[in-house]
Amino acid sequence: MFLPFFYELRRRGVKVGAQEALALAGALKAGLHDSSLDGFYHVARALLVHSETQLDVFDQAFLAHFQGVESAGIELTQELLSWLEEARERTDLTPEEVAMLEQWDPEELRRQLEQRLREQTERHDGGTRWVGTGGASPFGNNGLPRQGVRVGGRGGRQGQALWQAGARQYAGYRDDLVLDTRQLAVALRKLRAFAREGVAEELDIDETISATAKNAGELEVVTRAPRRPNTRVVLCMDVGGSMDPYAHLVSRLFSVASQATHFKELRTYYFHNCVYGKLYATPQLTGGITVPELVAQVGRHHKLVMVGDASMAPYELGIRTDANGQYRAEGIEGLAWLMQLAQHFERNVWLNPEPPASWRAGTMAMIGRVFPMFALTVEGLGEAVNHLTRGRTPRGASARR
Amino acid sequence: MTQAPAPIRFKGTDTYLTNESLQAAVNCALTLQRPLLVKGEPGTGKTLLAEAIAESLGHRLLTWHVKSTTRAQDGLYVYDTVQRLYDSRFGDGDVRDIRRYIRMGPLGEAFSSPERVVLLIDEVDKADLEFPNDLLHELDRMRFRVSETNDDVAAKHRPVVVITSNNEKELPDAFLRRCVFHFIDFPDTELMKRIVGVHHPGLDESLSEQALKVFYELRTLTRLRKRPSTSELIDWIAVLKANGVSSLKLDEGLPFMGALLKKEQDLVAVAEAFGRGRRTRA
Repeated sequence: MFLPFFYELRRRGVKVGAQEALALAGALKAGLHDSSLDGFYHVARALLVHSETQLDVFDQAFLAHFQGVESAGIELTQELLSWLEEARERTDLTPEEVAMLEQWDPEELRRQLEQRLREQTERHDGGTRWVGTGGASPFGNNGLPRQGVRVGGRGGRQGQALWQAGARQYAGYRDDLVLDTRQLAVALRKLRAFAREGVAEELDIDETISATAKNAGELEVVTRAPRRPNTRVVLCMDVGGSMDPYAHLVSRLFSVASQATHFKELRTYYFHNCVYGKLYATPQLTGGITVPELVAQVGRHHKLVMVGDASMAPYELGIRTDANGQYRAEGIEGLAWLMQLAQHFERNVWLNPEPPASWRAGTMAMIGRVFPMFALTVEGLGEAVNHLTRGRTPRGASARR
Repeated sequence: MTQAPAPIRFKGTDTYLTNESLQAAVNCALTLQRPLLVKGEPGTGKTLLAEAIAESLGHRLLTWHVKSTTRAQDGLYVYDTVQRLYDSRFGDGDVRDIRRYIRMGPLGEAFSSPERVVLLIDEVDKADLEFPNDLLHELDRMRFRVSETNDDVAAKHRPVVVITSNNEKELPDAFLRRCVFHFIDFPDTELMKRIVGVHHPGLDESLSEQALKVFYELRTLTRLRKRPSTSELIDWIAVLKANGVSSLKLDEGLPFMGALLKKEQDLVAVAEAFGRGRRTRA
């Protein structure tokens, strides 16, 4: 019965596979769900969902798939109805109870139950009409009229699982960005480099053995400094305007980069269209640092990663500004600011979210001559990282000449 | 038909309150013998869950605190080269017996334990990205080989493995697929009242009511960098009790805010929101 539910989940993007199916089958065989839809909901959720971002999707799929199962729930109550009939035969009931039982015709009850289940859209506790718990309706659990149909308890509280799914309390945890962050993180990992610095506190086994051997077996312990991450990155991002469609992609890259622990230093800056003397600390283009300051503060070995579509009106590359981004006739052109950056950093790349086919024309081609340009995809990022770790970037240097 | 003996069901303990979905997840993990991956906001009792499971099942608890430098190998065993070198020089014991210099890590200890244990792998997301992948085989098969001695360490009783994550890093799919997952919700007011009751029995009704009100009020403040969580509430109430505070008001400078809010910006934000701009220091 739950296989179609699996395909429903897959259709909605929860990647469940044979492993999950077997696990769920095993759990059901072991009776973990207590033969109830409610139990099934909890068990299925524990086994099929692997991240809180999928809980909401799961709830939706559950709701969509099992809404129809209210009729299956009624099948379940068949058992209860037959119990109701049996109950009349029972002798341990008080005469009053028997009388009350007589009051309910099983067919009538069944009809009413089906009808009410159809009408009922939410969980119900207390009250006299709806199916739920603690009420005085003839349908429910822990309720007053014992002669009613007991729907729930350990038997199968079919109202509840659907209600819980219906509440969709995990909507806030949805995060469709989650797809590729790991891939991006793995690509960025290649960008690490280690250097041995600091206090020598790690045992160098090879050196110790050779030193001991040279020392005629007299133990000679050699220590060395532990390897520490030594990659420093400056990340600059184009915001606003034509970059808006790519905002989510870029923010994903930024979040991955800022979470990466293998960078010794990571500086992130923002600019709009082209760098005009100043790199800003926030996407709203406030705060920040001027290019001359940045060049003075960080060394040539920092890796510069520019992110932007490099598309703008051609004149925008020629706007002359001073280091604070103010228009000045005697200032430096936008393109020249970019060249300053490209020249200072030995290793630099430009990541472009636009498809590479469009890079041959306009401002993209011009900037492509300043910075080596790579596509902002997982593969492109991998290539860019390779380029960053390989060594000098002759193209950037030659562009200036 | 021979049925396996009914597995023990986890129902929570006196001091650890659970709900149905958490119990279902724990029981799934127990029955299917898969690791249980627990996520949730900090302070919702992820780590305590392992203690509660160990307590309710009567098993020993082994803890492996994962740090950013932890390697998967550390959990299995460590070959103590230094000690062996040292012994070879100064002649203590039999240096030829490598087994003397193999120290089991938490995972190795759990596997080689004669009785079933609960193994907590705490904050698995702190470690390197590849860390969970390196443990896949060991957690799947519950065995590993000590390459120095060619010994096979296999679990006599598959340990109950509880893994917690604070979501600092994405975990690989292959790893997730092998786990039973549970996300601990932030407790609602009712549950929180019971939790407070468990930790501070006999607490003045009105104080607990007011403290909870303040607490949930603070959590709704979106400006906070770090929202207070259960453990901070428990601490705060302890401080209030110890200092004989009997009534609280949200608009005054709240006493001992430092127990609830851990960032200076947050203290300022709260002071601005409720204290009419008056700055309070905790």
